[in-house]
Amino acid sequence: MVSNKWLIGGVISAFLISGCGQNAQDDSVIKIGSVAPLTGPQTHIGKDNENGARLAVDEINAKGLELNGKKVRLELLGEDDQAEPKTATIVAQKLVDSGVVAVIGHLNSGTTIPASKIYHDAGIPQISPSATAVAYTAQGYNTAYRVMANDSQQGKALGQYAVNGMGAKKIAIIDDRTAYGQGLAQEFEKAAKSSGGEVVAHEFTNDKATDFSAILTSIKGKNPDLIFFGGMDPQGGPMAKQMKSLGLTAKLLGGDGLQNANFIKLAGSDAEGVVASSPGLPIDSMPGGPDFRKRFESKYGPIQVYAPYAYDAVYALVEAMKRANSAEPAKVLAELPKTDLQGVSGPVKFDTKGDTVGGAVTLYQVKDGAWQVLETVN
Amino acid sequence: MDILTQQLINGLVLGSIYALVALGYTMVYGILELINFAHGEVTMIGAMVALTVIGLLVGVAPDLPGAMVVLGGIAAAIPACMLLAYGIEKVAYRPLRKAPRLAPLITAIGVSIILQNLAMLIWGRQYISFPEILPTTKFEFLGAHISLLQVAIVVLAVTIMAGLWVLVERTRLGRAMRATAQSKEVAQLMGVNVDRVISATFIIGAAIAAIAGVMVSAYYGLAHYYMGFMLGLKAFSAAVLGGIGNIAGAMLGGLLLGVIEALGAGYIGDITGGFLGSHYQDVFAFLVLIAVLVFRPSGLLGARVANRA
Repeated sequence: MVSNKWLIGGVISAFLISGCGQNAQDDSVIKIGSVAPLTGPQTHIGKDNENGARLAVDEINAKGLELNGKKVRLELLGEDDQAEPKTATIVAQKLVDSGVVAVIGHLNSGTTIPASKIYHDAGIPQISPSATAVAYTAQGYNTAYRVMANDSQQGKALGQYAVNGMGAKKIAIIDDRTAYGQGLAQEFEKAAKSSGGEVVAHEFTNDKATDFSAILTSIKGKNPDLIFFGGMDPQGGPMAKQMKSLGLTAKLLGGDGLQNANFIKLAGSDAEGVVASSPGLPIDSMPGGPDFRKRFESKYGPIQVYAPYAYDAVYALVEAMKRANSAEPAKVLAELPKTDLQGVSGPVKFDTKGDTVGGAVTLYQVKDGAWQVLETVN
Repeated sequence: MDILTQQLINGLVLGSIYALVALGYTMVYGILELINFAHGEVTMIGAMVALTVIGLLVGVAPDLPGAMVVLGGIAAAIPACMLLAYGIEKVAYRPLRKAPRLAPLITAIGVSIILQNLAMLIWGRQYISFPEILPTTKFEFLGAHISLLQVAIVVLAVTIMAGLWVLVERTRLGRAMRATAQSKEVAQLMGVNVDRVISATFIIGAAIAAIAGVMVSAYYGLAHYYMGFMLGLKAFSAAVLGGIGNIAGAMLGGLLLGVIEALGAGYIGDITGGFLGSHYQDVFAFLVLIAVLVFRPSGLLGARVANRA
């Protein structure tokens, strides 16, 4: 028994010593994690995020980064969370164990939120380029940041736009009862009411439904000028169709769940005139957009969506490291709230919760079978 | 008034689709006392096959009228589903015909899961859109909007139901089916090839399901690998509501469930003053189902088969 204890102690100390040795050796390399789905249906968007981060890391390395008088090199560790919350926590732990000082990611709200607890427990900063669920930064973690407008900012912009931009007086709301749809609809309703709109109906569906004729008919009886849908394209597509076939003249407005090519495919010609928002700016109207596009596309091909945000997230992190004159997570965390960066996507500033300040929301409308930019609101 | 008319029409269209799928459940139950849970997935496969063929036809012959293309899709989906149902019966149910009733029920659920995953592998997780090839003509009736497609769905559904009734009540095969339903052993003694009758029952149900699948995907403009699950559940409920094992009951149950759902979703918010919203649409439909079963355990028209339900 006694010898056993000694043995275990010996092994542990051997590990500790070897661990220390490795740390000392790799002092000049700073590991940063990047997590996004790299397999499955969202592969293209996930790879896009990673490439955005990689472009920033490569540029910073090429320019040379010095902390505390020592030359250091950034190393990006890309991980695949498969857009699955369960996998997200596994790869998050893996990154923490491999000694990353910060993580850029994850892509989805559903993976970002469970992973954020692991980063918080490990005390390392996390900057998500694209998670928009309010809950992410509402957990009170000092490690959670994002560079994109959240659902509450988006819902608010949509509510104001419905009344002021589209001139809607009587508004009907449908939400799909998911965290995303319900949250968006709630914020929309608040903003629409405070802008002077009247909400005449609030109906519900679910994220598997395809038949909306009953709720749309009931909405039709209340004669709204506008129907807001908080949900995704698989429901929004048939909804737009059924609105037309029921003879509803109200306009359809949605969030970023509708603002994609699949919505147009599903709604067909009835997609025409539908308005939907997306957080952030269209790439070519970003302050550094066209230049970023050139640099990015010469290396990785066409930009999908969030690459500029992943890119800015890396710069926000490295700027904080420079101010702290250290890559130590605790010191970087102390500097992150002071971030004031002119990023590719626009100014990057964080509020006390870690949300981006004044995140832009862009409105798009379907014209001639494609999404066209209407305007950007703040 | 126009809103009520519209809700009734919504319900009628939805209900006739439910009724068609419910027929498949009820026919199989009537003969084997087996709840064929894979039937909803057969409907889904029908829709998927039809969409694939329609996609091909649109690519090859873009000038073909839309109705012809859809008919082409249906023509491909029917034999595919028939073959599938024949295979399912032969592989998953026939070896278990003498087994306790729970065993084939479990294989039915297994087949349903296998078919769903197979469809996911073949057609992917994405929603597949139905090309806009059908005319979108619509007209007004008592202030309600009706599209040509809706009329076509109801007319086709009624025609199929009438055809099935004639088949069961007036043909040799129908008589053999009814005989098998009453007693497999006696029917066999009278020279009825029971295996063939059972296969025929599955095949006929699958053919109807294929048509229903195409209707659903054309009506809603999409199809995906998961669509058979809820549709199957609703259709099964419709069959139980009408009295499972009873063909007229399935038709009545389907139509009734569709109308109840539409009215429930449309009026539940107003009736309860906003206390219950339209998210209780399905709850409402199933509440009616429970209420009916409490007072008539064998379903609305189920008296004839009460002894076996």
